[in-house]
Amino acid sequence: MRYSLFSIFAQGIRGNKSWRPVWRDPSPKSHYDIIIIGGGGHGLSTAYYLAKLHKRSNIAVLEKGWLGSGNVGRNTTIIRSNYMLPPNTHFYEHSMKLWEGLEKDLNFNAMVSQRGIVNLFHSDVQRDEFARRGNAMRLAGVDAELLDAKQVKQLIPIIDIDNARFPIEGGLLQPRAGTARHDAVAWGYARGADALGVDIVQNCEVVGLDIEGSSVRGVHTNRGDIRAERIGIAVAGHTSVLARMAGIALPVESHLLQAFVSEGIKPMLNTVVTFGAGHFYASQSNKGGLVFGGDLDRYNSYAQRGNLPTAQGVLTEGVAVMPPIARLRLLRQWGGVMDMSFDGSPFICKTPINGLYLNGGWCYGGFKATPASGWCFAHTIANDETHELNAHFTIDRFKQGKTIDEKGAGPFPWAQ
Amino acid sequence: MHRIKCPFCGERDEAEFVYQGDASVSHPPLGASTDDFYRYVYVRDNPKGWHREWWHHVGGCRMWVQVARNTLTHEIYATAPPFKRLDFPEGA
Repeated sequence: MRYSLFSIFAQGIRGNKSWRPVWRDPSPKSHYDIIIIGGGGHGLSTAYYLAKLHKRSNIAVLEKGWLGSGNVGRNTTIIRSNYMLPPNTHFYEHSMKLWEGLEKDLNFNAMVSQRGIVNLFHSDVQRDEFARRGNAMRLAGVDAELLDAKQVKQLIPIIDIDNARFPIEGGLLQPRAGTARHDAVAWGYARGADALGVDIVQNCEVVGLDIEGSSVRGVHTNRGDIRAERIGIAVAGHTSVLARMAGIALPVESHLLQAFVSEGIKPMLNTVVTFGAGHFYASQSNKGGLVFGGDLDRYNSYAQRGNLPTAQGVLTEGVAVMPPIARLRLLRQWGGVMDMSFDGSPFICKTPINGLYLNGGWCYGGFKATPASGWCFAHTIANDETHELNAHFTIDRFKQGKTIDEKGAGPFPWAQ
Repeated sequence: MHRIKCPFCGERDEAEFVYQGDASVSHPPLGASTDDFYRYVYVRDNPKGWHREWWHHVGGCRMWVQVARNTLTHEIYATAPPFKRLDFPEGA
């Protein structure tokens, strides 16, 4: 069913009784042309673009839990393309453009809201650094504006410009950045992929890969063996686990990242704002809750639940930027497992195994990349070669000294 | 919340420590190949389960401590000073 004002009205007068499930719940077949492992944002968008843009059929997405149960529903919903290094700038800007047309394309309301993001800076040195990044963005055709303290205060009245320890000198604004409703992104892609004939198989965990010589033949799952000519891995925090099944060791560590939501309040924050003297980012959801997050827990973990020292650190930074939030109560807190690469940049590439493709290493940046990640991964799988947008996101880049270290943090995944 | 038993100071709160990564990798000899150095600097087992890791007791004795910790349950099985034997649960 196509959603429209008319369909909502027609359902409404019939008591909303004839809505139907928007995707099927098929059992796995014994053979597919293409299998995507992981039914999160990236896996679903890959399947969608494979079917839609590359006209592939006989595709399955295998998800070990329920659709969208991983990081696509465990992030702070921020979308942006304010990166400095060319491979990142172009890739994330492509993602931003896809976000801008996403709802029309999917006929699904993902509540994409381009409310802007402001990266605050607190010293002259940091201003110069941000100006440089803003200039790099503008040279690549991305929107960026440098704001002084007065302009920041005008845009975000709630922040404390005169913080005694970290006074705010200004901010780098990307007006086209913003937020999107993360669950709806997964649902929208799932609905779109299903309508194009993709089998989305839930509760189907891949427990092994069938590899013959140097080619992949299929997967072993808890619901039987499935053969496939091409297999894409898009499993976020479990990237190392899946890669190990193929005998591939990766420059990846799994780390824990927490996010928080406060009780709902009246509108007080109409952009996304980030604290430059630490690591804190916040926005206000349409329901009124402040959605925010900070650093990793900084130790290897697959636990999907955070610890208190990091929570305390994040909340302290939040109060430093916006003192009034000290009086809010937290409603929810959750953790996701990040596949942290050693330079903070992702992988969308072929692997040493023929027919096996890798999408991972997303670090903090997975959600905003969802459309472009699927777009590039679909291109890579369909053509058995990378697109120029993801040509740099290979595993080999580390051995060749071509790391894409946006933050300049060195080979320490927990410091990215 | 972890409590780490520092071999020098006793059981202390996680907040006193700074994580320093996988302790199972070791520096290859100076003449080793690029591949060896690549594996040393970048490649990690990243196990879902028991993990040998370094924690630096910055807020205490400032020694580096080896810790056997489970990355799924956050349980700590044992700790040890550098270069000493570190115990893991049977089968790990």
